[in-house]
Amino acid sequence: MEHAHHVEHPDMYDEESSKIGMWLFIFTELLLFGGLFIVYSIYRYLNPEAFHLAGEELNRTIGTINTVILLISSMTIAMSTTALRKGHKKVAIALVVVSFVIGFAFLVNKYFEWGVKFSHGIWPGSEQMLAEMSQGEILFFGLYFVMTGLHALHIIIGMIIMLFTIRGLAIGKVTIKRPSMLDNCGLYWHLVDLIWIFLFPLFYLIH
Amino acid sequence: MSEEKHQHVVPYRVYVIILIALLILTFSSVGITSIELGEYTVAAALIFAVIKSFLVLTYFMHLKYDKLYIRVMVGFVFALFLVVIIITFLDYLFRT
Repeated sequence: MEHAHHVEHPDMYDEESSKIGMWLFIFTELLLFGGLFIVYSIYRYLNPEAFHLAGEELNRTIGTINTVILLISSMTIAMSTTALRKGHKKVAIALVVVSFVIGFAFLVNKYFEWGVKFSHGIWPGSEQMLAEMSQGEILFFGLYFVMTGLHALHIIIGMIIMLFTIRGLAIGKVTIKRPSMLDNCGLYWHLVDLIWIFLFPLFYLIH
Repeated sequence: MSEEKHQHVVPYRVYVIILIALLILTFSSVGITSIELGEYTVAAALIFAVIKSFLVLTYFMHLKYDKLYIRVMVGFVFALFLVVIIITFLDYLFRT
């Protein structure tokens, strides 16, 4: 029997292809949320008063704090890519850690925000919602929980990617010559930020 | 291999400036939507969101320094989304 050749894996690393791959993935994410935004705008168009009423229930302050938080974390992870290219590995790691901590703070805020809604008896399919709210308000809160929930899930995924990136930086798998993992981690995090930039005014600001 | 060393290192300063701009825009959009503008509230909030997302895409997501075809692709996706939303609304607006 023919002996299997030992295949030397050539280094196929290519920064540009990695970036394109990430962008293609981001496009699918944009269209996923884009679909939800279309659903939101149609329901809003059909139920303007109910959306107005329900929107007043949301806490502007928490929404604004979370926006500020997310924007700052976007900056820190963007700075991390600069730090890596300047050869400051420790600074790069520290900046990703900071972004991670800020992402966690976002989730803590979300926890309290949802907690208040739950304590008021508002959650998808809750008795109070079905008994007291109009069709339009139920739609609003349904979309609110689905869209902010899906966004929070993306925050969690982004944080997991950050952990792998921190590990990669620490053990030297992510370096000046191979920065794609950090870059793509950053791109993903900015995507999460980008989605929030639209979620925030649509749910918290427009009454 | 492709020619290296031509990649652009964005100074920290740029990111700080963009963050400050984004924060100003955020607070402005909070401010402007708390005034009663009636139907213009939605438009105002969305304009601020579009400017903010443009800044994030251009600077944080590095598109300014990327090759043209990547920018074209991103632009195409947003154009596609715009077309879909316009067509959907044409449907709803002209239903009898």
